Amino acid sequence: MIRLSVPLRQALAKLTLPVFIVASFGLMLLGKADALLAERARMVVADALAPIYAALAEPLSVVHRGIEAAGNITTLHDENARLREENDRLRRWQSVALALDAENTALKAQLRWIPAPAPSYVTARVVADAGGVYARAVLLSLGPNHSVTKGQIALDDRGLVGRVTELGGRSARVLLLTDMNSRVPVILENSRGRAILAGTNGARPRLMYWAEGTQPAEGERVVTSAEANTFPPGLPVGVVRYTASNVPEVQPLARLDRLEVVRLFDYGLKGVLPPETSVARIPERRR
Amino acid sequence: MPPWMDNRLPGIRPRQTVWRRLDGSARRAFPIAMTLLVLLVTAAPFRLPGQAELQNAAALSCVFFWSVFRPGSMPPPGVFLIGLFADLLNFAPPGVGVISLLVAHGVAVKWRRYLTRQGFLVVWLAFAGVAAGLAALQWVLISTLTFRFLPLGPALFQAALAAGLYPMLAVLLARAHRTIAEPAHA
Repeated sequence: MIRLSVPLRQALAKLTLPVFIVASFGLMLLGKADALLAERARMVVADALAPIYAALAEPLSVVHRGIEAAGNITTLHDENARLREENDRLRRWQSVALALDAENTALKAQLRWIPAPAPSYVTARVVADAGGVYARAVLLSLGPNHSVTKGQIALDDRGLVGRVTELGGRSARVLLLTDMNSRVPVILENSRGRAILAGTNGARPRLMYWAEGTQPAEGERVVTSAEANTFPPGLPVGVVRYTASNVPEVQPLARLDRLEVVRLFDYGLKGVLPPETSVARIPERRR
Repeated sequence: MPPWMDNRLPGIRPRQTVWRRLDGSARRAFPIAMTLLVLLVTAAPFRLPGQAELQNAAALSCVFFWSVFRPGSMPPPGVFLIGLFADLLNFAPPGVGVISLLVAHGVAVKWRRYLTRQGFLVVWLAFAGVAAGLAALQWVLISTLTFRFLPLGPALFQAALAAGLYPMLAVLLARAHRTIAEPAHA
């Protein structure tokens, strides 16, 4: 160890904190200037932790289900009656859907309709919340040799969840459609009007930029639009709900607050990707 | 520090064996190691509402407590490391958590001569003030970095949660401060 005089040592000790504060400002600028570096560093940490959290997620979800089941016991009777009623209603709808499906197949056969290719998908477990205070995202645990790419679309059993924005060796981050950076081109199902669904970090994203004459109606279903070549058409997103101040919002069909497993679909869409991925993609094309 | 620990004073003291030194350095490293562990545990998938805010609040409480009561075991490089790890862990813009924890450390060290002589209530009030200031600082920094006005709700919630969490953590940390983290017990 280098021997320093006491006043010099004291002066150096006083300097440490300002030096580190300046360094953290530098870090902030570096993170802004080189987003790819920051992303890689994050995904290294996420990759290291994803297997641990995946192992933890199993027992924790058992505990959660236990708590939920205990809560359900009190409402069992009402819930049963509600489900019976819903089951009857859905059975009627099922016969309608089957008839429509048969009719649709027959019509498509007459029209020489080219069917869209069935997309491939992988299923992944949601292992942690990856949002922080000012973002809405989840971390998925993937196997070491996964085929997931950026821009793939995440759905749960009910509807659209979001898109893969960051990718590591054995984990991926999915930006939820409620995040304030999320913009999803959508179609209002009844009026066929186009709009943009913009996240607000709240539970319900907001509808924006609908065309004149196609005012979103309360209770109208909203599905994805193929515009911008980011999403395939027709994925279920949610239902329009107006706030007290008359702003149209969308209640997502996906249960975004209790995601456990999501499916990542590869529709082969390369419409809008973060700029760094298009740069990284160039060498791949030469092959 | 008890007088027999100070090497400049004459007196009889235990011999410095390897194990004693190892024990002592483990005790000195305890505050930073424990804060990193708290970060890891609060990032685990508990699905608590407001878990991200809880993580920030817990890290801030730990850094503030140790900076006031044992700054030797919570030096600026350690605070920097904790902040960087927190930023990477919750996908925040890198540097924002680092700056706020370093500011908390700086304020705590500056006020510690006064705070360590006061009762718990004064320390708590000081912490609540620091937490509110830092929530505002983080809000300003992230708003600037993302070029948009973020909602103020999460910042207020984070400050309130930190102020509410501190007494509970302080009880545990004060116990650790007297036992595990005390190098004189080595």
